[in-house]
Amino acid sequence: MKDKSIQFLFKYGAIALLAIIIIYFSTVSSSFLTYGNFTDILRSISIVTVLALGVTFTLVVNGFDLSVGSTMSLSTVVTASLMVWYDMPLWLVLILPILVGAAVGLLNSFLIVVLGIPDLLATLSSMYIIAGLHRTYTEGYSIYNYMPLTSGGTAIGELSEGFLWIGQGQMAGLPVPVWIMLILILVSYFVLNHTRWGRILYMTGGNEEAATLSGVKVKKVKCAAYVVSGIFASIAGILFTARVGSGQIDAGAPLLMEAVAAVFVGYSVLGAGKPNAVGTFFGAAVIGILLNGLTILNLPYYAFDIVKGSVLVLALAVTYVYAKNRMSASSG
Amino acid sequence: MSNILEMTGIQKSFGSVKALEAGDFTLKRGETHALLGANGAGKSTLIKILSGLYEQDAGTVWLDNQKVRFHHPKDAKAHGVYCVYQEVDTAIVPELTTAENIMLDTFASGKNIIVSKRGLEENAKIVLAQLEADHINVRKQARELTLAEKQLVLIARALIHSAKLIIFDEPTAPLSVYEAERLFKVMNNLKEKGVGCIFITHRLPEVFEVCDRVTVMREGKHIFTSAVADATQALIVEKMLGTSLENVIERRNRHAGETLLQLQDVGEGNKLKGINFTIKEGEIVGIAGLVGAGKTELAKAITGVTPVSSGSIFVKGNRKKINHPKAAIENGIVLVPEERRKEGLFIHETLRKNASFPNLKKFSKAAFMKAALEKTFAKRIIDALQIKTDSTETSLNHLSGGNQQKVAIGKWMSVEASVYLFDEPTKGVDIGAKKDIFKLIANLANEGKGIIYFSSEIHELLAISDRILVMYDGQLVKEFTQEEATQEKILLYASGGKEEQSERQKHPVSI
Repeated sequence: MKDKSIQFLFKYGAIALLAIIIIYFSTVSSSFLTYGNFTDILRSISIVTVLALGVTFTLVVNGFDLSVGSTMSLSTVVTASLMVWYDMPLWLVLILPILVGAAVGLLNSFLIVVLGIPDLLATLSSMYIIAGLHRTYTEGYSIYNYMPLTSGGTAIGELSEGFLWIGQGQMAGLPVPVWIMLILILVSYFVLNHTRWGRILYMTGGNEEAATLSGVKVKKVKCAAYVVSGIFASIAGILFTARVGSGQIDAGAPLLMEAVAAVFVGYSVLGAGKPNAVGTFFGAAVIGILLNGLTILNLPYYAFDIVKGSVLVLALAVTYVYAKNRMSASSG
Repeated sequence: MSNILEMTGIQKSFGSVKALEAGDFTLKRGETHALLGANGAGKSTLIKILSGLYEQDAGTVWLDNQKVRFHHPKDAKAHGVYCVYQEVDTAIVPELTTAENIMLDTFASGKNIIVSKRGLEENAKIVLAQLEADHINVRKQARELTLAEKQLVLIARALIHSAKLIIFDEPTAPLSVYEAERLFKVMNNLKEKGVGCIFITHRLPEVFEVCDRVTVMREGKHIFTSAVADATQALIVEKMLGTSLENVIERRNRHAGETLLQLQDVGEGNKLKGINFTIKEGEIVGIAGLVGAGKTELAKAITGVTPVSSGSIFVKGNRKKINHPKAAIENGIVLVPEERRKEGLFIHETLRKNASFPNLKKFSKAAFMKAALEKTFAKRIIDALQIKTDSTETSLNHLSGGNQQKVAIGKWMSVEASVYLFDEPTKGVDIGAKKDIFKLIANLANEGKGIIYFSSEIHELLAISDRILVMYDGQLVKEFTQEEATQEKILLYASGGKEEQSERQKHPVSI
């Protein structure tokens, strides 16, 4: 009986929670269940979802990336600075931050795969290093159009119209960042669930030794996962810059928690039992809708972390209690 | 003599798997009683219940005519039940001295805050003297002791607590012939003191050497108990297998072809030294050796898990550098590892995904997986290896050990390997599946594959191998042809002995 209820919670808990939230908020507020509000929610979760997709990849190989928030912050200021300080063409503005993200991924995999530092500690360290790096890069200031420079004079450039469209534009009834998010979810889903690479990623995470003995170069696979995570974080940073219209410092820091929570809520969606792209989107949606509803109810913003943290704990509790049961059922 | 221990009708299940259906066992005061059974017969489950690691689902344990039930190893120890495991290191604290290790439980339980070093050493010396093991320096750090000495330390620890019965769980497996001889003396000593000993071993001659009675278990049930004097080795083997050994393993036509793999002076760190051998098409080469002889290390060196540090490997006459399992697989060399759950399989994944994994390219098109192709292949190995499952989508943790092992072997069928390495493939596999696995290995050899079969189960090696190489201390110390090889000769070389010292081996069979 106890086993069955845990099984049920694990499989349908997140969906049930989402249904309850939606029903509750739509009864207390008439503005909740509208098309406009839903596109708002989707737009507000798009950045977190992209960030969380990166974390998903590292969790799939049984790793973890705490540095995604900092990487996103770095990408945010790099993107803005390329336009505001250096007036670079749009294609470079899009490509360079992604390369920076990939470099962070390489740094992480060097620490974890080559030096053998446990993933949590390694990415905790790089989280601080990168956070410090991006503040040093901007000397602690946020970056905006024609800002005054510490070296005197004003900056030469501005965020271009085309760039801002990425974060603020509309296309076929949905905001552009939502389209980008949907495309990335779809790509991640196909890569993880339907390609050879996805199989290798999951198997590496499932049993590293068995994967090695089956001929997988486990180190390379893990490295790839961290690079993907860095790239997704920097895409999130680009989206953030385009959405806000300036290069805020520390933009990514508060999103780390939400991204991690999204992945763990998604862990169990429909009984997947492992990190997966669709589940991650689902997890981000649960959190986004919850926060949206609480905003409508006028919950003060400073209490939001309590909600986010509780969602994460809840998701972790379900996941780990389930894992414990599964382990004891299959041993012996 | 009265019974100090009586276990009746013990049952234990793990999930849907019945490990013990009817465990019965009695032990008299001052008796040494052998508990035998093939792997998976339920003897270790029975012992774990007796030592408090597991709790039984049903059945009763009587200790000194008193009904007991152990919830924790502590309970068992409190009742005077002690265990000497094969892996002594798990029970020894390497940083402490011998004396401290012997007295460990007394000061760990902590009645006195201050531990008197001299008192400890005095007491430790007294017990060691009782075991005629006073050659062990009680001040020596336990890490410096040999395996045999560590076992004595554990026995001494049991004696300190006036143990009523001591379980010896395959204590002789890692010992040399002489060390084993010494241990038997200690066991006889214990017997005179009125301590009951339960002795688990895979070597039948030892049973006849030290034991008074023997109990055989099979498939979770008590099968047979008899005085050792009234039993014969052949009878015991028959009880253990449920059939005589000859019927289990079928003969095959042997003929060797081209050389597939050659090792020349191969070494790896200080674990392997100067290994030379070749393997030909259609040949089954057995590698015998006790636990710790370096068999697994050799298997891992050949397949590039821990690449060789000296010497060369030739595949079909060409020198190859194998520094990762990927390179080994590309050269047609595959390993079915000893720890299949840990190293061989993805236990929470489906049979289909496990089967296709070594050769994903074959089951995908432009990086996209083709589930239909995977399914066809999974079905093929289910049929070919007679895996008992109703679907290709069964998660492997729902299969029995034997069927898991078949998947671990079958998954290599897609890479068309030419050399198969099997590291203890029958470990934890029931007798039925064992038979299937032997048949499968023989079939592979008949198809012209080269087989290297690593095992410490000598009778299995004798039955299946064309040649047997004996490993001891990281080296190949002897080669036997199928005709020359006997149980005794192999065991002798495997325990570091030489032919002229072989006066101990009188009994022909062991399991």
